[in-house]
Amino acid sequence: MTADTEPKLNWWNRLANPGQFVAWTTPLLWPLTILTAVLFVLGLWFAFFNSPADYQMGDTVRIMYVHVPNAWLSQFVYATMSVSALGTLVWRHPMADVSMKAAAPLGALFTALALFTGALWGRPTWGTFWEWDGRMTSTLVLLLIYLGLVALWRAFDDQLRAARIIAVFTLVGAINIPIIKFSVDWWSTLHQPASVFRPDGPRMPGSILVPLFVMFFAFTFLFLTLHLKAMHTEVKRRRVMTLKRRLAQGGSA
Amino acid sequence: MIDLGPHAVFIVWAYVGVALGIAGLIGWTLFDARRTASELSQLEARDPRRQRPADATP
Repeated sequence: MTADTEPKLNWWNRLANPGQFVAWTTPLLWPLTILTAVLFVLGLWFAFFNSPADYQMGDTVRIMYVHVPNAWLSQFVYATMSVSALGTLVWRHPMADVSMKAAAPLGALFTALALFTGALWGRPTWGTFWEWDGRMTSTLVLLLIYLGLVALWRAFDDQLRAARIIAVFTLVGAINIPIIKFSVDWWSTLHQPASVFRPDGPRMPGSILVPLFVMFFAFTFLFLTLHLKAMHTEVKRRRVMTLKRRLAQGGSA
Repeated sequence: MIDLGPHAVFIVWAYVGVALGIAGLIGWTLFDARRTASELSQLEARDPRRQRPADATP
């Protein structure tokens, strides 16, 4: 094949090369880390020193600044995994299953933290740590789905074969995301309905919305940073497995 | 420190719990990255395909 007839690869195909993906995205890690740290410092300053107590909930409203971002990420990470699952099944993109695998433990932790902070917010607000209502139960189911997917990844030696099977399970589990989202509308729940992203605008004053959005972006950039780092590690882990197989074959020959 | 009112214990524990969880996650991510990178560099040093060009160099 000459240089004239050689097909030109677009950026999408170039990203399919794990080595090239790592090389291209490594320079992003430090800027993302610094941006995340700055957003956390700013968000915590707003949360504790520059935001008012709520007229009904008092100071417990400050729990919202860690609860809502974790709850958002619990669903956003799953959405990321679902898109990656489509990437694996439809386009067979090599980085899609790397992304899917790297995101699962992160999503599990953010979901656990959403449940933990929700329980601590619920006790002074509703008088109970836990109630088997639609929002809390469907979020607990999400945590169990995450843990199941993490366990499935660890159960397979052949990660490429695992990716196809886990992608199907991931897409089946995605049905839980709209259930979580609309649970507060479909069923009578203790949990309040949406109060930020509403057709008629947020039902919060700017003094509470600003720290919430800063923390929202801080947690989102934290996820992006850790996800990228975990993807780099997964690429190297697969290279380790390939080399181990090659060395084992060389040793037995 | 600002006065967090009668429910301060719930607020403080929420932030402490999240801080511990996030610290653990960052720690694990970095530990896993270093362990895997170290294992990879050891295996690459033992890989005969990588050693061959160097051996051929006079």
